[in-house]
Amino acid sequence: MTETTVQPSPGMGHGDFVIKDCALIAIATGSRAMTLKELRDGLRTIDEASIFYHFWGGLLQPRFEEREYNNDFAAWAWYHLHDATLAERMAVIDPIGFASLEALRGELLDIIEERLDEEEYLPWLQATSPFEFIRSQIVVFDTHKRAASPEELVRLFPDISASSIFYHFIDARRRLSHHGNDFSFWLAGFDGRYQELCNRLNGIDPYFGSLTDLKSELNDLFQEYFREVVI
Amino acid sequence: MTNLLDAYAGVAGQDVINHLRQLARPLQGMKVVHVNSTKMGGGVAEILHKLVPLMQELEINTSWEVMDGNDDFFQCTKNMHNALQGNHVRISEKLLRAYEQVNRENAERLRAGLEDADFVFIHDPQPANLLQNCPKRRGKWIWRCHIDASHPYRPVWKYLQQFVSGYDASIFSLAGFAKSLPHPQYIIPPSIDPLSEKNMDLPGDEIDAVYGEFQLDPQRPLLLQVSRFDRFKDPLGVIQAFRIVKKFVPDQQLVLAGGGATDDPEGEIVLREVREAAAEDQDIHILLLPADAHRKINALQRAADIILQKSIKEGFGLTVTEAMWKGKPVIGGDTGGIRLQVTNFNTGFRVSTPEGAALRIRYLLRHPQKMIEIGGKAREFVRDNFLLTRHLREYLTLILSLHYGAKDRIELS
Repeated sequence: MTETTVQPSPGMGHGDFVIKDCALIAIATGSRAMTLKELRDGLRTIDEASIFYHFWGGLLQPRFEEREYNNDFAAWAWYHLHDATLAERMAVIDPIGFASLEALRGELLDIIEERLDEEEYLPWLQATSPFEFIRSQIVVFDTHKRAASPEELVRLFPDISASSIFYHFIDARRRLSHHGNDFSFWLAGFDGRYQELCNRLNGIDPYFGSLTDLKSELNDLFQEYFREVVI
Repeated sequence: MTNLLDAYAGVAGQDVINHLRQLARPLQGMKVVHVNSTKMGGGVAEILHKLVPLMQELEINTSWEVMDGNDDFFQCTKNMHNALQGNHVRISEKLLRAYEQVNRENAERLRAGLEDADFVFIHDPQPANLLQNCPKRRGKWIWRCHIDASHPYRPVWKYLQQFVSGYDASIFSLAGFAKSLPHPQYIIPPSIDPLSEKNMDLPGDEIDAVYGEFQLDPQRPLLLQVSRFDRFKDPLGVIQAFRIVKKFVPDQQLVLAGGGATDDPEGEIVLREVREAAAEDQDIHILLLPADAHRKINALQRAADIILQKSIKEGFGLTVTEAMWKGKPVIGGDTGGIRLQVTNFNTGFRVSTPEGAALRIRYLLRHPQKMIEIGGKAREFVRDNFLLTRHLREYLTLILSLHYGAKDRIELS
């Protein structure tokens, strides 16, 4: 069963910032691909939650963080299909740049189709290991921590967990209609006073690096902004 | 009392424990039962010895039941284990009837507790048939398969499938191990216990003592592989790699540490071949250690410079996890769960041949700073992903997911 909620986190935008946390668990879909054609066919029908997982799930699931190819499709193309051209084209996809997971699916399919047309042997080439389509479930819970003001959020920030950062900065892209993050969404409710901070937050690219790196970058940004404001 | 949780906080971090507490809060007071077939020995019992008290400290009403069985039952389940791993093992009708009979008898003893539980975790094939013997069960039942069942012997899998299909969910260690089943199949990798004798920090003199005990030179590079003498672990390939490297690094030493007496005839043959291959080289040490020599293995791993697990076929490869936890670079076979753990130039190297292993050994021995860097990353990778606390977090997430329905998103208030 699939249910995708595309809503702001409850409590966002008005009143206190509600700090939530989450845990992700992976579920096998039973769909797997041994050739590029099978990957294309699988991608056509697989739930979009699986596409989200293969782009972002690595941040919360066991996978080495300094990966050469930063989504599972590109990594499979390189390590198991040994097709550098395809791996590079898939690795350069920026999931943030797509309005929806459906649009991202379309881009992946275009790249695969193009590559299948380029090389006659590719449709039949067997990978050394199958691509396993996985989806995930996310369990979201309240930490019961609240920030009444941006300054208080900054004070609480060092104690926020990495999975909480995933929820508010990565998962938010699925919940918010403009694919932003919960911090900017909440700050936007202060009548434009924090527009500059929102702009800086929206400028952060979370795709490369680990959640720890992302947390550190966000923390630095908050600290720097409020230091500037105080000065 | 929160002693155990505090102890894990010391290793995994207080954040991780806080996370567990928050996940467990909605489950407090619920009854969870784990069932397996042995209290002592084997990876499953090892995990349950810690997992169950941790769940209890989180105020989840957790218990652990162990199957009683007879010789025919254990013969049957040993065959099932081998068949799930791909060996063509035919199991006689007599043994299958014994399997079903023992499950019926255990159900008589355990029925009240199992039928009343909110969640029942059935570990591996031995107790799988309990479900059919608990018709009034009210909770969710989960089958946890710890075995690499990616290419099972079909007749045996078909037999087990009739029991397993009735469960509410199953758990496999890797996506590639999952089967075709009519319920959600969760992917939860196994874990190591950082506080066990196998993995705990050891005093320096205990580590130093292994040099004297096994006639090793602490001044010379030490390579180690810990594994059964099994063709899939490729000990002969390790010796071949060692020989290639020896031309360039003549003072290196190799330890192959594995179990001693074995009732596996194939194991005896492999051990004989390993002894023959190593016969003329004083720098190859074959150690036959008892099954409970956990601290000794721990000390050897900590004494080693590079740890090999040059498997040709591997399940998850917890020996790799253990080696990485000791901050060592690992050279592992490019197979199974080793692929999830070992990333080239980051946590070690994956290889497909003895030549590949030799190349990576030479590289690491020439770059001692890289060995330290890779070892450090390997330890942190295990801390983040493969400790018992992560395993518990995923069990709690799974329980919540089953409790609140199989939606993609579960929001707890």
